[in-house]
Amino acid sequence: MTENSIINISLAILFLPLLGFVVTLLLGKKVKSIYLFEVFLITVVLIASIFLAFSKLSYFIDDKIVAELEWFRLSDTLVFNLGFLLDNITVLMLFVVALISALVHYFSIAYMKGDERYNRYFAYLGIFTFSMNGIVLTNNILMMYIFWELVGLSSYLLIGFWFEKKLASDAGKKAFLVNRIGDIGMFAGILILFLTYNTFSFDAIFQAIGAGKLPFNSDFWLSVTGILLFMGAIGKSAQFPLHVWLPDAMEGPTPVSALIHAATMVAAGVYLTIRIFGLLTADAMMFIAVIGMLSAFIPATIALTQNDIKKVLAYSTVSQLGYMVMALGVGAYKFAFFYLVTHAFFKACLFLGSGSVIHAMHHEQDIRNMGGLRKKLPLTYATFLIASLAISGIPLTSGFLSKDGILASTFAFGSLTGYWIFAIVGFLVALMTAFYMFRLIIITFHGEPRDHHKFEHAHESPFVMAMPLAVLAMLSIFIFYTPNPFSADQGWFFNKWINSAELHAPNATRFDFMQSEVATETEQTAEHNSSHGEITYSEKYTEAMHSAHYPAMYLSLFVALAGILTAFVFYQWKKVNVDKLANSIKPLYNFSLNKWYFDEFYHKTFVAGLLGLSKIIAWFDAKVVDGIVNGSAEVTRRLAFFTGGFDKYVVDGLVNLMAYISGFIGLIFRRVQTGKVQTYLVLVIFSIIILLFLF
Amino acid sequence: MIEVGLNHFLVVSTLLFSMGIYAIVTRKNAIMVLMGVELILNSANINFIAFTRFGNFGLQGHLIALFVIVLAAAEAAIALAIVLNIYKTLSTVNIDEVDSLKD
Repeated sequence: MTENSIINISLAILFLPLLGFVVTLLLGKKVKSIYLFEVFLITVVLIASIFLAFSKLSYFIDDKIVAELEWFRLSDTLVFNLGFLLDNITVLMLFVVALISALVHYFSIAYMKGDERYNRYFAYLGIFTFSMNGIVLTNNILMMYIFWELVGLSSYLLIGFWFEKKLASDAGKKAFLVNRIGDIGMFAGILILFLTYNTFSFDAIFQAIGAGKLPFNSDFWLSVTGILLFMGAIGKSAQFPLHVWLPDAMEGPTPVSALIHAATMVAAGVYLTIRIFGLLTADAMMFIAVIGMLSAFIPATIALTQNDIKKVLAYSTVSQLGYMVMALGVGAYKFAFFYLVTHAFFKACLFLGSGSVIHAMHHEQDIRNMGGLRKKLPLTYATFLIASLAISGIPLTSGFLSKDGILASTFAFGSLTGYWIFAIVGFLVALMTAFYMFRLIIITFHGEPRDHHKFEHAHESPFVMAMPLAVLAMLSIFIFYTPNPFSADQGWFFNKWINSAELHAPNATRFDFMQSEVATETEQTAEHNSSHGEITYSEKYTEAMHSAHYPAMYLSLFVALAGILTAFVFYQWKKVNVDKLANSIKPLYNFSLNKWYFDEFYHKTFVAGLLGLSKIIAWFDAKVVDGIVNGSAEVTRRLAFFTGGFDKYVVDGLVNLMAYISGFIGLIFRRVQTGKVQTYLVLVIFSIIILLFLF
Repeated sequence: MIEVGLNHFLVVSTLLFSMGIYAIVTRKNAIMVLMGVELILNSANINFIAFTRFGNFGLQGHLIALFVIVLAAAEAAIALAIVLNIYKTLSTVNIDEVDSLKD
């Protein structure tokens, strides 16, 4: 196993789905079963990515494998490269993408059966997998931006897959446009980076930052760059205030929601933030933490009252992504990635489970029409339950390990900096998460069926749909990540596989607890340190984390159980009349039910503002610009009239005058030519007489 | 009795010549114009004969006069043919009306 073979395998992982896309799209109309080719390719990709992760983690666990080739060059200093960067995070992420993508492919075989664009659907899944792998594999920010837009495109195509539905095509457009807003910021960040460092490569940029070169030579601009790049993540990961597109994106097919809008693409924003973590300053991280906190809190409150099974899960996704972003903001780099992976599995499981329910109920999505499905869909219920336990953070699940870590980090962050708000919101959101997940489960699976007709026809899903559920539920159990179900710190996943973050931003701009202790001792080691760039959290931080560990664990366990218990009291045992409760806090309830009126607010301000502005510009265009054009046209016309007159009467007049004069002379002299022989003779005779007299 | 000399002949021929010119220029009928031409030719013949009689030229004048008579005959034949053709195409022998040369 050499580095070369690792790079070859990752090339195959990147391009096989593209091949699947091209072949499936081109032959889709002619060959009915061409989708099997795409499914076969994705299986190959899955096997390759398992193999890749295995070989990387066993042979090159501490290495960073980089492969680069020149793309084009504008001048000697402006060289654009394409390249791969494979560290442990890359291969783990590749595995997550490949696994969930493959499982979604299998699931879709049954779920999408009978769709008129069956093959095209699989082609789109192929191009999505290709672009997502591109984001994960790239070693430079430009290539990442390209693939970033490609996943945006495939997301757009898949949200609007049933474009006959107005809601679906509108949702696709909304997702695309809202993402654009974030991408503008990201693009500006990329431009600042390129302007400063003349390169797009992460490594080269980090090295230059480590060597003290900053954008416009100021810490402030380094923070701004970090925040601008993070704006891309705000869009793609549906963070506040751009989270509005994700719930609408649920109009797409449910397996797509599982793959793109829960597990992989929306996590790309977090992945980007992980990649640029090295250049984030304390200010940028504070910004990120606040955005993450708001994104965790607001959608969680909205999810409490939603009645569409997929909407609940969508808001839950935004909320959990907010957790990851907040974790990055408070410096818990490893936990953020850990939660990204575990969340990808159990959220994909939840979405596929909801897909299974929707499939069984013949495209019914309103949980108020469900109930009692536990008996009809035992396997879906079991997997849904395991995933819900995981997302709520109950011990023995992967969610407990990772979420607990994030909560402990916010705790430690609070004790070190005094910003306790993140910890408070974190626990509050954990409480709400447990509540709304179990509200969903109880209303959907427990109790009595509410729609008997649909209930009678409900049936457990076929094997290709059940198998992915089982695999994903299994991956929500702690044993795949660590042997100790209560702490991930010593487990292989957390301790061995995820490398520590590299920090390159100047020490002065970082949080106190993220200073490298070695650096303060001697200058030489400081230089040495910055070239390696390994983060060394201060002992204070380690201690804070340590002391935060147990309180955070107990507290998170407590809030999760409290949330679940409340859900049972409200919906299973019905000790509290929920409708009455909702009525007693009607304004709050409506506020949550209507999603904090974000859509309405954006519609009133930005959309209406934009339309107003457009109208003003249109008026300007019609009256002023067109007026100038028409005015000059009028002036030219008048001028042309005068020159035309001059031409007609003066120039032509002179010419005609000459012609008339010639004609007149001709008229006189033509008299001589009478054509009469006798006249000529007379002339001859007179001429001879004159000649005689002359000589 | 006045002796007829060279001058008398010359006067006669001059008169004939002038009458010929007059006929050519003023007559409308093409035949009349041709007769004018004959007059001019014959005035020239009178000159030839007179100069031969009063000069010392032998028979040269007589010969040229004979040539002129022959030429006049040929010319009259051709000219009359032309006049006939004009009459055929234009139905007139009035020279005033035959002015297609000017076009």
